[in-house]
Amino acid sequence: MKKIWTLLLAAALVVGVLAGCSSESTLEKEEKAPAGDKVKIGLSVSTLNNPFFVSLKEGAEETAKKAGAELIVADAQDDNAKQLNDVEDLIQKNVDILLINPTDSKAVSTAVESANKADIPVITVDRESEGGKVLAHIASDNVAGGKMAGEFILEQLKNKGNIVELEGIPGTSAARDRGKGFHQAVDNKDGVKVVASQPANFNRDKGLTVMENILQSNKEIDAVFAHNDEMALGALQAIQAAKKEIVVVGFDATDDAVKSVKKGDLGATIAQKPEEIGKTGIKVAIQAAKGEKVDKFHPVELELIKK
Amino acid sequence: MSPLLAEKQKHLTSKDSKGSLLQKMYALLGLILLSGVLSVMSPHFPSFQNILSISLQTAIIAILALGQTYVIISAGIDLSVGSVLALSGVISSQLLVEGVPVLPALIIGIVSGGILGLINGLAITKGNLPPFIVTLGMMGVARGIALVLTNGLPVSGLPDAFTRLGNDRLFYIPIPVLFLIVVAVVGHFVLRRTVFGRYVYAIGSNEEAARLSGIPTALHKTMIYTLCGMFAGLAGVLLSARLISAQPTAGTGYELDAIAAVVIGGASLMGGVGSIGGTVIGAFIMGVLRNGLNLLSVSPFWQQIAIGLVIVLAVYLDQLRRKKD
Repeated sequence: MKKIWTLLLAAALVVGVLAGCSSESTLEKEEKAPAGDKVKIGLSVSTLNNPFFVSLKEGAEETAKKAGAELIVADAQDDNAKQLNDVEDLIQKNVDILLINPTDSKAVSTAVESANKADIPVITVDRESEGGKVLAHIASDNVAGGKMAGEFILEQLKNKGNIVELEGIPGTSAARDRGKGFHQAVDNKDGVKVVASQPANFNRDKGLTVMENILQSNKEIDAVFAHNDEMALGALQAIQAAKKEIVVVGFDATDDAVKSVKKGDLGATIAQKPEEIGKTGIKVAIQAAKGEKVDKFHPVELELIKK
Repeated sequence: MSPLLAEKQKHLTSKDSKGSLLQKMYALLGLILLSGVLSVMSPHFPSFQNILSISLQTAIIAILALGQTYVIISAGIDLSVGSVLALSGVISSQLLVEGVPVLPALIIGIVSGGILGLINGLAITKGNLPPFIVTLGMMGVARGIALVLTNGLPVSGLPDAFTRLGNDRLFYIPIPVLFLIVVAVVGHFVLRRTVFGRYVYAIGSNEEAARLSGIPTALHKTMIYTLCGMFAGLAGVLLSARLISAQPTAGTGYELDAIAAVVIGGASLMGGVGSIGGTVIGAFIMGVLRNGLNLLSVSPFWQQIAIGLVIVLAVYLDQLRRKKD
């Protein structure tokens, strides 16, 4: 019995230690910053298992620190229900304003409505919410980015060749929008054919295996458009292993991808400037928390990164 | 049932009751201790609103875990529950969008989960295949069907009467929590007070002995997996209502949360031990931990470590208890 109690106490200590693993304990924070003194911002990120969203979070953290605001980050791990739970937890923490990067535009509606009921303003970043009242939206246009990638590929292929599309997680708005923009550019173009469209779930390892399989079944491939850089880099590995010359275009401009472009391996990547999205999100949140009027949409411009 | 068999069953169940009750007490103590620590560390934690919030957050996983409890007590495992949840949610939501009334759509969603569970059960018993492999296969099949039916897109435009099931409250209590209470009470009664429940324990303790003593093990194992599928179906329908849309990608990884809840609640993966009450406590330990760590602003990465440690700790406690027994 003694041993059992020791273990139960150990479990409680685990929680205590982990609480200490946050930048500073909650109790300290609340002593240092009485309510009304410091803006408390909640940020619900769709996933921190993707360099794009990690950059977005880092941009937000950097700006919050400079502005002296308290930022609480929650990771939804690409799970709609977890995001809803995270938002409810942030509401319980009495945040002044919520930044939500939705896992899915439709599913996030419930979370936005919960915040609306609690009179907490909501700002969406990178993806929109299809329901609830949103104060402002900060993003670059995924459809325009997909179109930009498609146009670059057409230019490289001189409007002639076979293209492979590596899609993101089926059902996600990023995959839908980037694909939509890409097809707007390449569909119904004489001499150009999309020979395969396969989901690789935004993962590098999936990108590698899916591309390996496509290379087995399609001998003539001239270009690849991947809905994000991780898949693009995975596809690039498969292409290099097969000793083929294929133009690969990614999306997000992660550090690895930009290095690869500079090296001349990756053809191009669409820079959505996630850090800028995060920074802008915090700036707008602080303005709104202070009662200043903010614009409904804050576009973050896209950029084609090529050698 | 022969008097000898009845006596044997009674002995098995009472023996399990003692062990399971003890483990359930440890789990409950753990939950109380955890809640106490979090209440001290975060002033937001003990509020009535937050308690309701935790209950709502835990309800779906807990319902999923209740079905898994039957399977684990019978010394099986069901890895397909997360995908079955998604498919059931998709089926009922697509029917609702087509204009089918709420109650029939709800029932069809639950029944579709049951049918997938039935297929699992038949493959295990008639095909003589390991549960791990069968349900791993079904995990892929059910997820694939959900994606095929929706073309990878969420199903939206669900009627208010349906979405209220996931978001409204009755006497301050969120409706999914009321569903959890009802199915937990019924589930407990079935497991503890019926012949079927006693057979579940008997199969888990020693399937061969149970079969030799006249229990139709194949039939009951099939029923167990069917029941598990129905629980997953209910969870899927409620999750769709809560998210105001059915997601073909919903429930990814939920099977592991469900198994963890059952194990933390005192069930043994070797079978023959476990309880509905323990599972509910197990689910709430995970729910409280996630909620508390969020309120304490603990890094999301550290949160995963904490939950992993708690699962290992729970199994270690179970091993200690077994050594004593």
